[in-house]
Amino acid sequence: MAEMTLAKALNASLRRSLAHDDRVLIMGEDIGTLGGVFRVTDGLKKEFGGDRVMDMPLAESGILGMAVGLAFKGFRPVVEIQFDGFIYPAFDQIVTQVAKLHYRTRGNVRMPITIRVPFGGGIGAVEHHSESPEAYFAHTAGLRVVTCSTPQDAHTMLQQAIRCDDPVLFFEPKRRYWTKGEVDEDAIDRDDVLPMGSARVVVPGSDVTLVTYGPLVATAIDAAAAAAAESGGGDADAVSIEVIDLRSLAPVDVDTVVASVAKTGRLVIAHEAQRTGGIGADLAAELTDRCFYHLEAAPQRVTGFDIPYPASRHEEHFLPDLDRILDAVDRTMGRRPALYAGAVL
Amino acid sequence: MPSSLSESRESRPRASAPHDRPVQLLDPSGRRVPHAPYDDYVADVSGDQLASLYEDLVIVRRLDVEATALQRQGELGLWPPLLGQEAAQVGSARVLRPDDFVFSSYRENAVAYCRGVKLTEMLNVWRGTALSGWNPYEVGMATPAIVIGTQALHAMGYAVGAKLDGEDSVAVAYFGDGATTQGDVNEAMVFAASFRAPVIFFCQNNQWAISEPVTLQAQRPIADRAPGFGIPSVRVDGNDVLAVMAVTRRAVEQAREGGGPTFIEAITYRMGPHTTSDDPSRYVDPLEREEWAGRDPLARVEAHLREAGVLDDALAASIARRADEAAAEFRAGCTEQTDPPPLAMFDHVYAEPHRGIDEQRRQFGEYLESFEEEN
Ligand SMILES: Cc1ncc(C[n+]2csc(CCOP(=O)(O)OP(=O)(O)O)c2C)c(N)n1
Repeated sequence: MAEMTLAKALNASLRRSLAHDDRVLIMGEDIGTLGGVFRVTDGLKKEFGGDRVMDMPLAESGILGMAVGLAFKGFRPVVEIQFDGFIYPAFDQIVTQVAKLHYRTRGNVRMPITIRVPFGGGIGAVEHHSESPEAYFAHTAGLRVVTCSTPQDAHTMLQQAIRCDDPVLFFEPKRRYWTKGEVDEDAIDRDDVLPMGSARVVVPGSDVTLVTYGPLVATAIDAAAAAAAESGGGDADAVSIEVIDLRSLAPVDVDTVVASVAKTGRLVIAHEAQRTGGIGADLAAELTDRCFYHLEAAPQRVTGFDIPYPASRHEEHFLPDLDRILDAVDRTMGRRPALYAGAVL
Repeated sequence: MPSSLSESRESRPRASAPHDRPVQLLDPSGRRVPHAPYDDYVADVSGDQLASLYEDLVIVRRLDVEATALQRQGELGLWPPLLGQEAAQVGSARVLRPDDFVFSSYRENAVAYCRGVKLTEMLNVWRGTALSGWNPYEVGMATPAIVIGTQALHAMGYAVGAKLDGEDSVAVAYFGDGATTQGDVNEAMVFAASFRAPVIFFCQNNQWAISEPVTLQAQRPIADRAPGFGIPSVRVDGNDVLAVMAVTRRAVEQAREGGGPTFIEAITYRMGPHTTSDDPSRYVDPLEREEWAGRDPLARVEAHLREAGVLDDALAASIARRADEAAAEFRAGCTEQTDPPPLAMFDHVYAEPHRGIDEQRRQFGEYLESFEEEN
């Protein structure tokens, strides 16, 4: 086991993938000589050469379209999109080609393309550098969408994504790149490793299920700790929160969430992305369907607002934080009025 | 000064051709015209070989007519005719090796024919029994792209892959004049030049993008763009099968030898509608069409072969018979197709098991079965 940052874990994961399979290619803007703007690809070009770790001309549609052609030829391209807000020029290639070619060719052509996207806010960046576009891709059949929250998951899941024969959008929580953690670099080869499509119970609890992913997992863990410690008026005030890291956004491991909600009877979902049409909306609908008779309160969502990601001096208000999450927890507990109490005529 | 954008468009003269005169080896009357250095590239094409190219032209035109009839009879949902573009497609596709790879759009049915795509498989897209007809790896031709221009990038990427693998195969991207406006085609040219990819950009300038004339896409000959990307280009008479063959052979040879990409603009004309749903009488000047009818790609080969004594009535009749047989096979392959079972629509969304799809398939299967139980 080694302690490393999430960014370093990704770097180590890419190095292993390149060594593991010589059909793996790394492609992106500034990823070669520079090592990527977040240094996730640092040193890889030097080690594996410019034919395996390729700096790309500055055109996202071009990069993804080239990856499609390479996949046709039997390669496994790993593409870095420099920032979340720059994925849109490649949207057509991803949604129309990468996602659908396996289906359109009746399984004859595989698109084992991994698309790495640093995503989310909280680093005080200028516009187009803090977006959470995951729902666009989760909505698209043919794509898998995953995100990691720890160095260990970063290391393991990225290798799983690259080995997967389907295209995977791999969202990296950029404000957690510098988070450190223990990494077992051989975890991928072990039988008990969690498959890429599964959610993980991070903190066990009994009163409320709190589901989140990516950058907010750390916030959720803090919220659970704070809620457990809230015993000013004795144990009765403490709330036991079960935190679930979704890890996979398409498909969602609904069973793990269902099992938790069947136990707690309460559900709070948190994500940075805008609320409308988000992962939380979908999960709330699914859980309402499957856990209707277990639910003690309406599922609550804590999300970014339906505004473009705001200027950095606003982001602390835009991003769900510990207090907003605990506020939602309190509402499911009946300690605060429901948001729409009395709204039904 | 024109007062509106549309007036300024309409008052502009049609683009002339300051670029090289298009390469032509057979003139519209069938006369062989010399054109160095391209003569060398077809010096080996004997009379019999030209006759077999002629047979291809006749067959693909016959198939196209049959498919149009099938659409009119309600057997196909849609068909994009290639009438007039036979030479551009056959002349280029016949040059390729089996290990080369084609990325085309929807109108390249003659290319598909030359690649060995089964006639039935060519039709199921248009009949709606599948999203694509064939296994790309069996014929070296990808599923046709409906989204305009996207395939230029895929061809470029494939070509880079071939180069990385140390092979001397080439990739060919077929697209229309309208497609050259798309970012993807332009991005493909930047990338191809940067990586010296063994890719041929084969543009069939058939003068129209549905109802829009090429002058709305380009104020200069389309082939003029490529040199700006660092890619050599050539204009060719797209209705001259021999000339198309020559320029494609040259481009392919250069690509195989590490010379990188070439852009070919085949100047041709779409004699029919864009698709069977289109009404060209709304936008095509009948005089223009008539002018192009005088440059028919089949007539000139026929005249040439008859003049050379290779083609006589007996051979022409046997070629026509073979074309009729292909058309009959085409028709049978179309009408005999059955609808796929409902649950098959869930197949192949993913390569590996996917809990979301598996669950929806199960639920829909149970729903369907519930009706069977009622009956
Ligand atoms: C991205 C995109 N936009 C619009 C269309 C609708 N469309 C289908 S064919 C066509 C014209 C294409 O013209 P061109 O590239 O010259 O090819 P041609 O049909 O003449 O072979 C259009 C606009 C499309 N298929 N894809």
